[in-house]
Amino acid sequence: MTATATAPVRETAAPEAIRPLLEIRGLEKRFSLSGDFLEQLKFKGGKLVREQEYVHAINGVDLEIQRGEALCVVGESGCGKSTVARTVMGLLHPSAGEIRYDGTRIDDLSTRALMPYRRRMQMIFQNPYASLNPRMTIQQTLEEPIRLHHPDWSQQQVRDQVAEVMASVGIAPDWGKRYGHEFSGGQRQRIAIARALAVDPEFIVADEPISALDVSIQAQVLNLLMDAQRDRHLTYLFITHDLAVVEHFGTRVAVMYLGRVCEVAPTATLFATPRHPYTQALMSAIPRLEDDRPQHIRLEGEVPTPVNLPSGCVFHARCPHANARCREEVPALIASDDGARVACHAVEEGRLD
Amino acid sequence: MSLLEVNHLDVRFALRRGDVKALRDVCFSLDRGERLGIVGESGAGKSVAAFSLLNLIAKPGYIAGGSIRFDGQELTGMSDRALRKIRGHRISMIFQDPMMTLNPVLTIGEQMVECLKAHRRIASREARAIALRKLEQVQIPSPEARLDQYPHELSGGMRQRVIIAIALLLDPDIIIADEPTTALDVTIQAEIMALLLELCEKHNVGLILITHDLGVVSQVTQRMLVMYAGRVIEQGPTREIINDPQHPYTQGLMNALPQMATPGSRLNQIPGSMPSLDNLPSGCAFHPRCGFTQRVDGSERSACRSQVPEFVTSGNCRVACHMVAEMLERERIPAEETAR
Amino acid sequence: MSTANSSIESPPVTSRWARFRDSYLLYSFKRDLVAQISLLAFLVLVTVAVLAPWLAPMNPYDLAQIDILASELPPFWIDGSDPAYLMGTDAQGRDLLSTILYGARVSLIIGFGAVALQALLGVCFGLLAGYLGGRVDAFLMRLADIQLSFSTLMVAIVVGALVKAIFGGATFSDYAVPLLVLIIGLAEWPQYARTVRASVLAEKGKEYVDAARTMGLSSRRIMFRHILPNTLSPIFVISTVQVANAIISEAALSFLGLGMPETHPSLGSLIKSGFDYIQSGSWWITLIPGAMLVALVLVINLLGDWLRDVLNPRLYKG
Repeated sequence: MTATATAPVRETAAPEAIRPLLEIRGLEKRFSLSGDFLEQLKFKGGKLVREQEYVHAINGVDLEIQRGEALCVVGESGCGKSTVARTVMGLLHPSAGEIRYDGTRIDDLSTRALMPYRRRMQMIFQNPYASLNPRMTIQQTLEEPIRLHHPDWSQQQVRDQVAEVMASVGIAPDWGKRYGHEFSGGQRQRIAIARALAVDPEFIVADEPISALDVSIQAQVLNLLMDAQRDRHLTYLFITHDLAVVEHFGTRVAVMYLGRVCEVAPTATLFATPRHPYTQALMSAIPRLEDDRPQHIRLEGEVPTPVNLPSGCVFHARCPHANARCREEVPALIASDDGARVACHAVEEGRLD
Repeated sequence: MSLLEVNHLDVRFALRRGDVKALRDVCFSLDRGERLGIVGESGAGKSVAAFSLLNLIAKPGYIAGGSIRFDGQELTGMSDRALRKIRGHRISMIFQDPMMTLNPVLTIGEQMVECLKAHRRIASREARAIALRKLEQVQIPSPEARLDQYPHELSGGMRQRVIIAIALLLDPDIIIADEPTTALDVTIQAEIMALLLELCEKHNVGLILITHDLGVVSQVTQRMLVMYAGRVIEQGPTREIINDPQHPYTQGLMNALPQMATPGSRLNQIPGSMPSLDNLPSGCAFHPRCGFTQRVDGSERSACRSQVPEFVTSGNCRVACHMVAEMLERERIPAEETAR
Repeated sequence: MSTANSSIESPPVTSRWARFRDSYLLYSFKRDLVAQISLLAFLVLVTVAVLAPWLAPMNPYDLAQIDILASELPPFWIDGSDPAYLMGTDAQGRDLLSTILYGARVSLIIGFGAVALQALLGVCFGLLAGYLGGRVDAFLMRLADIQLSFSTLMVAIVVGALVKAIFGGATFSDYAVPLLVLIIGLAEWPQYARTVRASVLAEKGKEYVDAARTMGLSSRRIMFRHILPNTLSPIFVISTVQVANAIISEAALSFLGLGMPETHPSLGSLIKSGFDYIQSGSWWITLIPGAMLVALVLVINLLGDWLRDVLNPRLYKG
């Protein structure tokens, strides 16, 4: 592949200190809606034609994640944030673009070549009720990844590692003999985090890890994730729709809309001065505890389906500031002086001020 | 007298290991046009409370005691036939999942007309006109076209608007909304909530809003109940509870919100999790997770462990907590002494 | 860290037996009279069939014990019976009770054997089709469709004809049991494959499978260690139905002369052998094995129905 040929050049160019841990370049993912070959054949105008329809889940996403940071990806349902997470973890194959981990391209590696990266990257899922195998005890669940990645370890070493990770996430040793369904949602999410931490990863992809949990439990799990980040020097890719969590947890934030990144900025910058009109609308919609009923920015209509993507800026149909250029030209992410990058013609032209 | 009065409502689920008390001693009232929020985490019993108002709790569940008075009528023990007249007509419900209410094989118009005809003797043409007017009220773009569309042709936010239109169809006195926006995105949620609020104010409809989201409650409701393990533990004006929660659980819930902590610092978590209803701790159900079972001087407050706390009135709020009761008592005695 | 708190709230450890004692399976069994009677009847039938060599008054396979003069004797409640033959004798003078017990044994062996083969093939193909998807799925499922479009009878005729043509009729008789297991097993594996595939598709969408994939586990381990154990309830349920079906299939094949030879009768071939004498008044040779077959299949089906109600994946929350 051509990409692997160019890779070494890039690696020498970027020393480890500034090289991002994870780099996503031009990532695209389409899902076919049309079924198999026979179902794609249609009879049109007297001719047999093959038609394929796609859901464009991600359309050209560029992101990089630096060591030790927590990059939060926010957006509404259908914006492709979970697809990004699943593609990074290799659960989905990208339709285009590339993913580099620590300088090496990983999206086209064979299963065997990927194994060392599997240990370094782990994932935490949204639904704690589905993410534990109901027929395995907690001990078996936690031992499995360790045995897989350290086949040379003795039984005692594996047990010690499990005990260590259980203690670090606040699981009592006697949980090991039980099955997942005996625990509450928050407890299960602890177990799922323990499974991810069991092989000492350096990078964790968390796909809405607290959305299914109650408020008081959310705080426990969020604290646990922050403790783990501090103690184990973890890097997070954190997918969520909850902006309050982002503000608390994230080092940087990427806002996604319809498969594209509209704005990437350090958390404090984004919350102080949201630039992109979509980010502004999203932030104004958070229900606040304060007395005064805030005026949220009303957006026209709803998120279009990702089957027929709008031309130009994906947000133009709902944007109060859209003009002819927005309807035709796709905006690029343009960096501003405070570290934020915004993909919006209006911001670029200074029309919003 | 209030429009709706619930007194000492007990709901149980007859399970094979014996009865589980899903609701214990729930009391609240709702005036005409008032908006009440019921807040709690999953398993607190907030949905059971709403469903039991219209006797809609599913089979193993039953109302074991207490009374529900609506407009002078007692609803508990009322026949199903009589209840059906109230259900959907004077009290209507909005569910979390719009597809629970909408029949996927009927058009929006057919469903609305059918609903009107079930409760009123009315011509189809007239019913359709009312349906159209209600769709206009919920600000659906091109309402005329929507009447002939099927539920699956609408987006989630649009469906929830249709649901609200159906709930308003017979000009009810009360709307019970069970997590109406949980399945929706924030921007859509904000719009739906604003719409619901506007309609309730305009038509003087009472609203019982069940949610786990303190932010939503604080923006929409005037009064709120906080539930924990099947009991109401605090109730009062929403503003007062949000600004100054009295019960340690309410305080914990508020403090656990990421908004309440400086970014990057640890959150103030409540340890443990809600007990399951078939295995409640003795005394106050919250005591194993409570940070205030000891007095300031370090002595143990034994009542927390042994006695179910009674409601005490603190300002405009009513709180079921031994610590609050003790504090009020302490304030009252010196006040009485100085008065003497 | 909240270690102390979480250990307080952790549920008590329960033994496997205690879990079974508290399970919904046992609870609903205790409340279901039909299931209890069915299980009892099934166990009795299986026990007597398995213990046939020790329980039966005579060995019907042993020609030396057969007395041709005592043929077509009626059962004990009819005049002219011989107390030595409780259920009477068949046309060749074999004790009917012994023959039925031995026959039930053969039927059960074939029934369970065939289902084991069906399950082996069906589970493997279903797992592969459901988990790998794509072309493998399309190929295996079309294969299943083709297999289903041949009836068991067709397979039996083809295999039987081939074996008889190549190895001769005597060989067929000698290897009738394994051959019938093979025939019925081959003919009905698609039932398993389809059921397994459907539940694999459901399980595959769950996050624990994604978790296993991100861990780097091999497909084989994910299929057999993670997905298979979670599809056991439907497999269990259809197994009961399939055992009953296999017994019926075997009886039908034997009745048509495509199955067990009369020297080594199963319930089906017994029914067939008596069928010729039904007009001459010796109805018991057909009806008593027939009643045994009905009872056997009925109790298995009743048990299967009960299991399906209890383990119904949609109603069952585990």
